[in-house]
Amino acid sequence: MEASTAGPDNPVSLVIAGALLIGASGIPGLFLPKKLDWGQKCASLTVVLGSILGIIGALATLFTERTASYTLVSSLPFGPLEAGIDPLSAFFLLPVFIVSACCAVYGTGYWPASHHPRTAPRLTFFFGMLASSLTLIPLARNGVLFLIFWEIMALSAYFALATDDLEQEVRDASLIYLVATHASTLTLFACFSLLKATAGSFSFPAATALDGTTPLGAAIFVTALLGFGLKAGVMPLHVWLPGAHASAPSHVSALMSGVLIKMGIYGIVRILSFFGMVPPWWGMVLLMAGIVSGILGVAFAVGQHDLKRLLAYHSIENIGIIVMGLGVALIGRGAGLPLLVVLGFGGALLHVLNHALFKSLLFLGAGAVIHEAGTREIDRLGGLGRRMPWTAALFLTGAVAICGLPPLNGFVSELLVYLGFFSGLVQEKGAAAPLLGLAAPALAMVGGMAVLCFVKVFGTVFLGQPRSADAAGCHEPGWAMRGPMLLLAILCAAIGLLPVALPRLLEPALFAWSPQLPFAGIRLAEAAPFGWITLMGLVLLLAILGIGAWLWKRVTDQPRGRAGTWDCGFARPTARMQYTASSFAEMFVNLFAAVLRPRVHPPQVQGLFPGKSAFSSHVPEAVLELVMAPLLAAMDRRFSLARKLQHGRLHLYILYIFVTLALLLAWAY
Amino acid sequence: MTSLVDQLIVLVMLINFAALGSGRLAVAIRAVALQGVILGILPVLIHSFSWHLVVITGGLILAKGIIIPWLLTGAIVRARISREMEPYLGYVPTLLIGAITTGLSFVFAARLPLAPEHQGLLFVPAAIATLLTGFIVLVTRRKAISQVIGYLMLENGIFLFGLLLTEAMPVMVEAGVLLDLIVGIFVMGIIINQISREFSSIDTSRLTTLRD
Repeated sequence: MEASTAGPDNPVSLVIAGALLIGASGIPGLFLPKKLDWGQKCASLTVVLGSILGIIGALATLFTERTASYTLVSSLPFGPLEAGIDPLSAFFLLPVFIVSACCAVYGTGYWPASHHPRTAPRLTFFFGMLASSLTLIPLARNGVLFLIFWEIMALSAYFALATDDLEQEVRDASLIYLVATHASTLTLFACFSLLKATAGSFSFPAATALDGTTPLGAAIFVTALLGFGLKAGVMPLHVWLPGAHASAPSHVSALMSGVLIKMGIYGIVRILSFFGMVPPWWGMVLLMAGIVSGILGVAFAVGQHDLKRLLAYHSIENIGIIVMGLGVALIGRGAGLPLLVVLGFGGALLHVLNHALFKSLLFLGAGAVIHEAGTREIDRLGGLGRRMPWTAALFLTGAVAICGLPPLNGFVSELLVYLGFFSGLVQEKGAAAPLLGLAAPALAMVGGMAVLCFVKVFGTVFLGQPRSADAAGCHEPGWAMRGPMLLLAILCAAIGLLPVALPRLLEPALFAWSPQLPFAGIRLAEAAPFGWITLMGLVLLLAILGIGAWLWKRVTDQPRGRAGTWDCGFARPTARMQYTASSFAEMFVNLFAAVLRPRVHPPQVQGLFPGKSAFSSHVPEAVLELVMAPLLAAMDRRFSLARKLQHGRLHLYILYIFVTLALLLAWAY
Repeated sequence: MTSLVDQLIVLVMLINFAALGSGRLAVAIRAVALQGVILGILPVLIHSFSWHLVVITGGLILAKGIIIPWLLTGAIVRARISREMEPYLGYVPTLLIGAITTGLSFVFAARLPLAPEHQGLLFVPAAIATLLTGFIVLVTRRKAISQVIGYLMLENGIFLFGLLLTEAMPVMVEAGVLLDLIVGIFVMGIIINQISREFSSIDTSRLTTLRD
């Protein structure tokens, strides 16, 4: 390995040092006695240290707008293996480092080695590998190097996800993830090969160097969309995502949902940056994909009653919002409208950061609930707000942020995307105009449904009475788990209240993606009313505090007594008579029954004095069960002949080698 | 001197047939051991004296002539087998195939773009023939021990080819190859014991149940 342009003052050295520290963090734990916690604690300390180094490096790159690179000297025949950093990579590195550090600290409280001696060292190791590969992917400047890091990420995520491998459900989810991730990698092989055919080498071409209007450009776009879309979880390629996010330990889910799926977005963004000229249909396809993901993702989320599955579907929704922003930017690039590029891409990038923050906050909050109650079933929880006030308040912060409500960060990024839609409607005169007009109400609908969904979750889990003994016995988790959540919540509020600082972070990345943009004279700070957002947020916050204080005073001034709520005349009301998550969402689920395909198992009630009966309903993963599974089963039948080649007889495998050798020799002559 | 070298190389090729045609594992092991010893002597005959050569020769004879046969004999004693009972292909057909491949390797060697001083030497066809015989043993035999013998012959073929380059070959490469081989055989010996303990047989065709 040799440094070509790097010195100690170079930010890329800091980032690579951080990545290596994080990657090595789990190794000592593998050799220490398994019952001890301190291997794990050292590992989380190392991850935090590496993350601080990395954040410094990334911020330095964003503020100085420098690009720097290392070239690894290797004898591999793929051209120079170059790892570098530019503001675009640096922006994607920020959430990676922040979320990794938070999740690593959280993990020491959530999955302590003293309780899980069999799995904790392994989990710590693969968590470090996963976080490290996530930091290395944005650094790769060569297709082959990118794919190497990509595979390290895919496999370490598999092992981290399959931590609880004694559960059948976890094994199934891991297998589906593995199939999906390999399908993604296979598509990316095609994508990068096509890119090499266009650009002449595996090294990434400069931004806007290629022409997207050729058939080869279209093929690159489609393969990139499929391959990276599979990883990002764009509907209908999301099949692996809900199961994987639900089955992984919560801090791994947080890392996967917060950052791992963003690598799919990064891939799409990086590939798109190569193309200067783009045909109009690229942006329209992205916008359509975003609308479908957004609406269907949140619709599926409303139907879930597994806390983490529900959050997983919200990831699909938010990926949809990000892709919508990218679509707007691409339409702007295709039609030569710089305002659309600024607003769409700015909104998409900011939403990448925001979603990483609030979704990991929500997953960590859900993890705290699961850690205490021992179940993910929303309908078995209830009344946790009184027992876990910190967790409840932090979860509520995340919920308000994900719904895109002011004064938190989700509002800012969604506002940028909205502004993109509206300026597109004003400026764009081509075929994309009606689609932009449709997208604005679609995004509004997504926001509304998200509010519905989180009212359901927060109301059922944190308010009311406990629905089971597990929920009644919960109490607040330790600071190792509360601290990271608090940090994430503070960051959410900071971005929401002080967005004036954002153009400083976003514009360098924007200009790296689109180098011609500075000459168009449009700045992000002028395109969006960041000052007004701050003012409005502060007014809103003051109003909430004022009204809250007034209400609190009114309530405490009145004489109070304790009594049961109105029980509709039942003689013996129980906590199970409260609105459940399924009953809250029932009307909505029935409205969307054509897509969601809810399964209801009604009770059998017979005779005058019917005995005990049971009711259950669930919303299955419709795309997986109704489309993918039959398709794969049919393919399995068609390709069963090929399985005969894989018979397990060593002799014949050697014969294959021999025949290949003979054929190659014959071909060489 | 050259005639002696040629005779030894012919002997190496004949030993190939002995290993192919013998049903007794002990015979095959001894044949391959003898082949190893001959290969150990060859460098002394073709190159002028140097300590480098002494080390190679000593190491080869020790490894291929003594240690590996001793390990393998131990393995067949422990696993209580003496014959390759049911090869995928009978002895006579494998001998025929061996004869054909030996013939073909002469044809092939004649067409190889070799350096002028190596043209017409027996080394190249003998090396290819031994290599291919190793392949045939690997493909047609069922017992794990026979597979080890196949790998050994494969390695002997490679070594024979490498003899052309002994002068250029540094000691470290030689040592690396030898170490590889010993470790490989050692691991296989352990695996054979494990297989025979688990399945009470060292028939590798039973391993097909281990596929996905």
